[in-house]
Amino acid sequence: MKKVMIGNHAVSWGVLRSRVEVISAYPITPQTQIVEALSDMVADGSLPAQYIKVESEHSAMAACIGGSIAGTRTFTATSAQGLALMHEMLHWAAGGRLPVVMANVNRAMAPGWTIWTDQNDSLSQRDTGWIQLYCETNQEVFDTTVQAFKLAETVDLPVMLVLDAFFLSHTSEPVDVTEQEDVDRFLPQRDATFKMDTSDPHAFGALVRPDAYTEMRWQQQEAMHEARDVFRQVEDVWEAITGRRYGAVEAYRTEDADLLLVTSGTITSTARTVVDERRAGGEKVGLLKVKMFRPFPTEELRGHLGGVDRVAVLDRNISPGHGGIFAEEIRSALYDVPPEDRPNLFGYVLGLGGRDVTPTVISDIIDNCRSTARPEREDLWVGVEL
Amino acid sequence: MSQTIIKQHIPRDDLLASGHLACPGCAAPIAMNLVLKALGPETMVVLPACCWSIIAGPWPQSSLRVPLFHTAFETGAAVASGIKAGLVARGDTETTVISWAGDGGTFDIGLQALSGAAERNEDFIYICYDNEAYMNTGVQRSSATPWGAWTTTTPTNDPEHQPKKDIMAIMAAHRIPYAATASVAYPVDLVEKVKKARTIRGTRFLHILAPCPPGWKTQNDETIDLARMAVERRVFPLMEVENGGTWRFTVDHPGGSIEEYIRRQARFKHLTDRQVEIIQDEVDARWGILSNRVEHGT
Ligand SMILES: Cc1ncc(C[n+]2csc(CCOP(=O)(O)OP(=O)(O)O)c2C)c(N)n1
Ligand code: SF4
Ligand SMILES: [Mg+2]
Repeated sequence: MKKVMIGNHAVSWGVLRSRVEVISAYPITPQTQIVEALSDMVADGSLPAQYIKVESEHSAMAACIGGSIAGTRTFTATSAQGLALMHEMLHWAAGGRLPVVMANVNRAMAPGWTIWTDQNDSLSQRDTGWIQLYCETNQEVFDTTVQAFKLAETVDLPVMLVLDAFFLSHTSEPVDVTEQEDVDRFLPQRDATFKMDTSDPHAFGALVRPDAYTEMRWQQQEAMHEARDVFRQVEDVWEAITGRRYGAVEAYRTEDADLLLVTSGTITSTARTVVDERRAGGEKVGLLKVKMFRPFPTEELRGHLGGVDRVAVLDRNISPGHGGIFAEEIRSALYDVPPEDRPNLFGYVLGLGGRDVTPTVISDIIDNCRSTARPEREDLWVGVEL
Repeated sequence: MSQTIIKQHIPRDDLLASGHLACPGCAAPIAMNLVLKALGPETMVVLPACCWSIIAGPWPQSSLRVPLFHTAFETGAAVASGIKAGLVARGDTETTVISWAGDGGTFDIGLQALSGAAERNEDFIYICYDNEAYMNTGVQRSSATPWGAWTTTTPTNDPEHQPKKDIMAIMAAHRIPYAATASVAYPVDLVEKVKKARTIRGTRFLHILAPCPPGWKTQNDETIDLARMAVERRVFPLMEVENGGTWRFTVDHPGGSIEEYIRRQARFKHLTDRQVEIIQDEVDARWGILSNRVEHGT
């Protein structure tokens, strides 16, 4: 069934098709339409879920954790300040190995107050133990929502799917909504690995001494590593049903390229058109889209970037005191590439707080990247006017 | 109280195992044991950070014979809401979910989540065992700490300035179907209240005074005596409130001087006789307010 819908509603439809059992959420722009549509779906009976309208995002995540340890499929959505408020409970969900799924609509952090997009909200949660998947189109948002439950429940880790404020959340695109019976085949009712059960009582999350804590984190890390393969398998099955797949990393026109752009989120779509233009002019430019940020697709990135002359990483985020976060992570991944194959990496910081990243901006970045032998600093800020 | 009355009211089976990790003389495990006896094995416990996080035992052990979920300090009511929703989503409307928190997790950091859940009238029992300070972290003041008390953040030369927060009035203002106070010195009253709460749907709240020998600076064998004295002398009256409007005392409170109650606790030993009189005046004034609530519903 094809429907024209905004990105936020693509999430809601993904949740509906996934037959989520417990929803708990708190409003925040630009996420709110996700949970508004879910309210309608629950109210009209099309989604027979328990919907807990909590008094804060901290409680939203706590309630999802409760629903999850009771054995059910749970979902919430948030943005920026709401995600930051959840921080403590993000660790709880991941460390407790609970497959909660959350949509985060990327919104820049205040102050000053802003509702527009950048990635600092989700990337600040990097080390909480959540799988993070960044989306480019509304179709991808729908597909990723459904896949997220499958992935989360297979490896017992929570998954955050991420979409850009406004550029996706409030922008309408046609979405092929997979039929219910197809989704049901792909994603049967959750059968929890462990749960609260009065006929088999256990304690969860108790005090753990230094002699066992490391092993728990090790198992969590092993699950993260496993998630790379599981995501591939999840995509295989989804592709067999729908014909669509995205990859943890997507290579676009990278063959024989001497310069590669690296992007995530909606900047990718703009970058595709720039690559097409440059290719039409005979220039060997390609694009890598990074969908999966955690677990980090280190091997794929090394494979694609090793041997390329120049790499321009476009970061709609900043780690203050360091650089763009994707650039820094990729730089460190490339350390293990033999020096002769190690590309020259240029890290561009741009588009913060929703500033437009136009084809011209990206085109200028390509020119800049070609103009010097080495970047003059770790973080190259684009378009700063003081 | 005769043995037969106790046998009639209090189930034999313990759902709290021996070997728990409470200090000697702690009221908190007594309270838990009584509550679980009243609720039975079809019960799930949510436990935000508090002394009970330790009492329950470290991984891979548990001193409870029912499912137990340890959670963050301020999330008892929210996690309980989620567990109940999950059970209902799978068709189980019968299992009782309780959130078991200290006074800090209830009066202070967890109050927002508790208020949210109570306002939504979530279907679980919230139980606060109140030892009148943050004991897990070494006796710091909470908003349940009584006026004049020593804690490690209210030293004897600058003791607690504020009277205890009126949590029962706060919960009653949410118009939840049932709220009650209880005491480990009145086990039948406590168990009957829990049994009654179990039959009601919606948010139920139980506030149990739980003396703590190291935090109150008392002897291990004084716990029950002090808990009883707190009730008799009207420091901690036993009551219940239905739908936020109908207040009722559930035992006799003969009253009398609170002096012995205060003087037996070394956390008050710095207080002058005049200051003890101030506490007495406060207790008398509160009794007047509570009697008024019982008579007039406000
Ligand atoms: C967010 C957060 N802040 C602080 C703490 C530290 N902490 C753990 S238990 C506790 C005190 C608990 O007091 P109370 O709820 O009264 O229970 P008690 O230990 O007295 O039984 C504190 C401050 C924490 N775990 N989480
Ligand atoms: S410190 Fe107090 S409340 Fe905590 S276990 Fe010891 S006696 Fe009980
Ligand atoms: Mg306490």
